[in-house]
Amino acid sequence: MHFSFLSLLRQAFSGHAGWEPYWRQTLTPKPAYDIVIVGAGGHGLATAYYLASEFGCRNIAVVEKGWLGGGNTARNTTVIRSNYLWQESEAIYEHSLKLWEGLSHALNINVMYSPRGVMMLAHNHHDAVVLKRHVHANRLAGIDNEWLSAEEAKAFCPILNIDPSIRYPVIGASLQRRGGVARHDAVAWGYARAASALGVDIIENCAVTGVRRGGDGAVTGVETAKGFIGAKRVGVVAAGHTSVVMEMAGVRMPLESFPLQALVSEPVKPMMPCVAMSNTIHAYMSQSDKGELVIGAGTDVYTSYSQAGGLQVTQHTLEAICELFPVTRRMKMLRNWGGIVDVTPDRSPIIGKTPVPGLFVNCGWGTGGFKATTGSGHVFAATLAKGEPHPIAAPFSLDRFRTGRLIDEAAAAAVAH
Amino acid sequence: MLLIPCPYCGFARPEIEFKHAGEAHLMRPEEPASDEAYAAFLFERDNPRGVTAERWRHAHGCGRFFNLLRDTVSDRILVAYKPGEPKPEVTT
Repeated sequence: MHFSFLSLLRQAFSGHAGWEPYWRQTLTPKPAYDIVIVGAGGHGLATAYYLASEFGCRNIAVVEKGWLGGGNTARNTTVIRSNYLWQESEAIYEHSLKLWEGLSHALNINVMYSPRGVMMLAHNHHDAVVLKRHVHANRLAGIDNEWLSAEEAKAFCPILNIDPSIRYPVIGASLQRRGGVARHDAVAWGYARAASALGVDIIENCAVTGVRRGGDGAVTGVETAKGFIGAKRVGVVAAGHTSVVMEMAGVRMPLESFPLQALVSEPVKPMMPCVAMSNTIHAYMSQSDKGELVIGAGTDVYTSYSQAGGLQVTQHTLEAICELFPVTRRMKMLRNWGGIVDVTPDRSPIIGKTPVPGLFVNCGWGTGGFKATTGSGHVFAATLAKGEPHPIAAPFSLDRFRTGRLIDEAAAAAVAH
Repeated sequence: MLLIPCPYCGFARPEIEFKHAGEAHLMRPEEPASDEAYAAFLFERDNPRGVTAERWRHAHGCGRFFNLLRDTVSDRILVAYKPGEPKPEVTT
């Protein structure tokens, strides 16, 4: 069903009884597909959508151990930006940002992409040097990023405290005006809806329990909670659980899974016009359209799959928020949760082939995968369709940990590390 | 916050006294070693969903490194032991 003013009008006159479900529920998988994608989060669903819409592969299944978009897609803080340092990263994150700009039209659903500006705060000389280096690198690559004085930062975000007497005073900031936020659930649902309409089977409550390989070592399919599903190619997009799935195929990954926490406040009137991030004092904040302040913390120090972290981590973040935005000091926090993020040694993702023929992986997005949902899905779809890495994906090969061609984005990965 | 037993100090202390130091029992490959061996040593990790062996340092206490077995699903700590000691057998 196409969403339009006309369809809304028609439903209004018929008591809203005719709205259809967003996607077909596939309860029983077919015996085999051309491509099976493991993980129905944003990245997995985007991969399926671009495979079906752009690369002509319609015989696809997306298998999900829980429910659609119920992992990190539902848990992240929805920040979108492309102000990364290295050319390889600029290419993929800017590719993603450009896709975000047209996504609502492409999917015929309002993903509420709001380019309200992402501001990264500098508190000391080192911060200023690093952020200015990012500004210059981005401008060389044709990506918007600019340097603001503390006064200009306050003019852009009036509730920001630039008093020089605070413990970590704000001395300046970088600003990417095209950066912003989007509605995470709408992104997952939108990709699922569009993929389903193109014939993709989405199978929830279908945990992968094994990866079956043939006599030549190549993948022949996956064992799941709903039985064996044959596949010529398997794409693992399992975020924090990628190590677990890859271990079933006998591949040891350069990944560690950490809890990453976020929290939201009680809803208030609009007061926060942008996203503001502080790497040095580990906090960032934006305001949702519902009015809740959305606050992100850093990762816990130890690996875990518990989807909960230590309260000292969120306390540390809230102390920083209260200092940067004194107006928030008496607000109550409504909810606090954790997600499990897969972190690589160089804080850049892994997209492409694995040592197992037919098995592909898209992982390692760590603490900042949401912004790349679009571009990651697109280049991984190209990689799965052709069996060879898309040019933008090629530098992010698993092999780089052997060759040493790392893409170190520890500074751009921001708050969480 | 975890309560971590330090095998040197002999009692459990809050996690903020400690530094996490990654997976335990990783051995530097013998020279001459291949790129694959170094990739495995430097970057590849078990990252298990279940019992993991990890190194901690009691940074704000005795300052020493030790090993810990912890369940990564429940975050329950099973046993702490000193470096050089074999990994204890545990049943969960």
